[in-house]
Amino acid sequence: MEWLVHFYALHSKLIDQIGINAIFALSLSLTLQAGHLALANAAFGGIAAYVASLLSLSRGWPLSVTTLIGAAAAAAVGAVIGLPVTRLRGVFLAIATIGFGEIALIVENNLSITGGAEGLSQIPNETTTWKIYLVLAILAFFFWRLRRTRAGWAIAAVREDEYAAASFGIDPARVKFWTFVGSAAIAGIAGSLYAHENFFISPGDWGFSRMIDILVYCVIGGAASPWGAMLGAAIISLLPEVFRFLHDYRDIVNGIVLLAVVIFAPQGIAGLWSRDQRGRKAAAAAEGQSR
Amino acid sequence: MFDQQLANGIFLGAVYALFAVGYTLIFGVLDILNLAHSAIFMASSFVALALVRHGMPFWAAFLVATAFGGALSVVLDRVAFAPLRARGVGGGALGPLISSIAFGIIVVSVVRGIFGPDEVGYPTGAVLSANLHLGHATFTAIDLSVLVISLVMMILLSMLLKVTPLGRAIRAVAENTKAASLLGIDVERTIGLTFLIAGALGAAAGILIGAQFNAVGILMGQRIELKGLAVIILGGMGSIPGAVLGGFLLGLLEVFSVAYLSSSYRDAIAFAVMFLILIVRPAGLLGKRAARTA
Repeated sequence: MEWLVHFYALHSKLIDQIGINAIFALSLSLTLQAGHLALANAAFGGIAAYVASLLSLSRGWPLSVTTLIGAAAAAAVGAVIGLPVTRLRGVFLAIATIGFGEIALIVENNLSITGGAEGLSQIPNETTTWKIYLVLAILAFFFWRLRRTRAGWAIAAVREDEYAAASFGIDPARVKFWTFVGSAAIAGIAGSLYAHENFFISPGDWGFSRMIDILVYCVIGGAASPWGAMLGAAIISLLPEVFRFLHDYRDIVNGIVLLAVVIFAPQGIAGLWSRDQRGRKAAAAAEGQSR
Repeated sequence: MFDQQLANGIFLGAVYALFAVGYTLIFGVLDILNLAHSAIFMASSFVALALVRHGMPFWAAFLVATAFGGALSVVLDRVAFAPLRARGVGGGALGPLISSIAFGIIVVSVVRGIFGPDEVGYPTGAVLSANLHLGHATFTAIDLSVLVISLVMMILLSMLLKVTPLGRAIRAVAENTKAASLLGIDVERTIGLTFLIAGALGAAAGILIGAQFNAVGILMGQRIELKGLAVIILGGMGSIPGAVLGGFLLGLLEVFSVAYLSSSYRDAIAFAVMFLILIVRPAGLLGKRAARTA
């Protein structure tokens, strides 16, 4: 027990980081489960982080309230952006969402209320480990239940075959839109937790490279599996710690692991021991995602 | 004022176009969004700089580093794309996108390990910096060389695609890989050569931009990567003339927006245009592909 306390004292920051990254990974996995590649989660996390932080700073509201409002703001922006962009196919959706992310970044860089390039500081440090993992547990439960609901089946159907799904009376456009909005909301929760963990946020925290990190979590773990996404987030968050001795060449490990997974284990790490054939097929379908 | 802005826009646009042509060539042939293109662009720029610092004249360094970029691009294909192709994972899938990101991470990390994270410049006098005048515009000899080299390379590329057997093979593979293979075209070799050409073009863009701004840095790839996306969306994914047109248009738009509007939103122009094009006309100005699902 004493060992555990000691371990936590030493690594609490990293443990928190893994939890927040896992929530980001779950947010992306929602759209991946529906078979589409939208890359604005980092931007949505940023929007929520700014909204929640500004509320904490100016009103002093508690974390639960500011996080919910932040996530709602991200979802609202997601709905406005989602209407036109979720109609785009494959790579074009990815590009449109990357473009949106860059615009959000530039706006944050130039507004005075967001503190411009310097960002916001002295954000109350209200995020704690148990809060992060409580949120993660609730989300994991939600994803687990989702599979067995009508909405869950609709999402799986759209991923497997949009046209077949449509012939069963499922509207693929609606599924894509709502998974996009839901994904924005979850990313928003992660963003707000991040802001209240780190005292300080700036536009650079929500750029393309952060988005790539989130995508990497999902791919390493298994593109269409929420469990894989969380696992991937944990592994990739730990890698830099393990390979600290490589100094400047540290990132190379990320690149090699990522390349190896895509080439040798396209269903991700979750797919390596998954006996669940449905899961395997789902991941394969996400990989060979129709355009 | 206007002349000067026009000249600046054209010089900036030439490099955008040269970068985007290689980018869009890969997309046109393989339907792959090659996110490692910018890493090749950056790495080649460093190679040219290192050669010049070791006493090689700029023009020779340019040729060697361009060849290096082409070769690196072939390696990229063999390592990151060919294994997926062999397994039948088509373009448009998540796999090739991710493996190109992975390859890019590796290249960037190696370059940072060798050259360090700081931005560096060419030794004085290594690149032509004499001032030239045309109308009311002033520019340097390197500006003009960048424009001329870019134009020559793009013209050579379109001629190569139009009239040579290799060009015909590339177009056939782009149209339909299976049919091309049935017609006796060596598909793997054609794809390899396509990567060689695309990599060389991206490398040339990187070397030229490094010389023009006299700044070579690890972040230069990241900076142009997303701009390049905007250019090929504007011009039409997979369209070479589209990429050229898109490059010059974006260069002019950016320069004039700084001159007449405000500089703080300069970088937003590219993405706002890209976003609008995707929503209003996803095929771009000169593209033919349908970007929307039914």
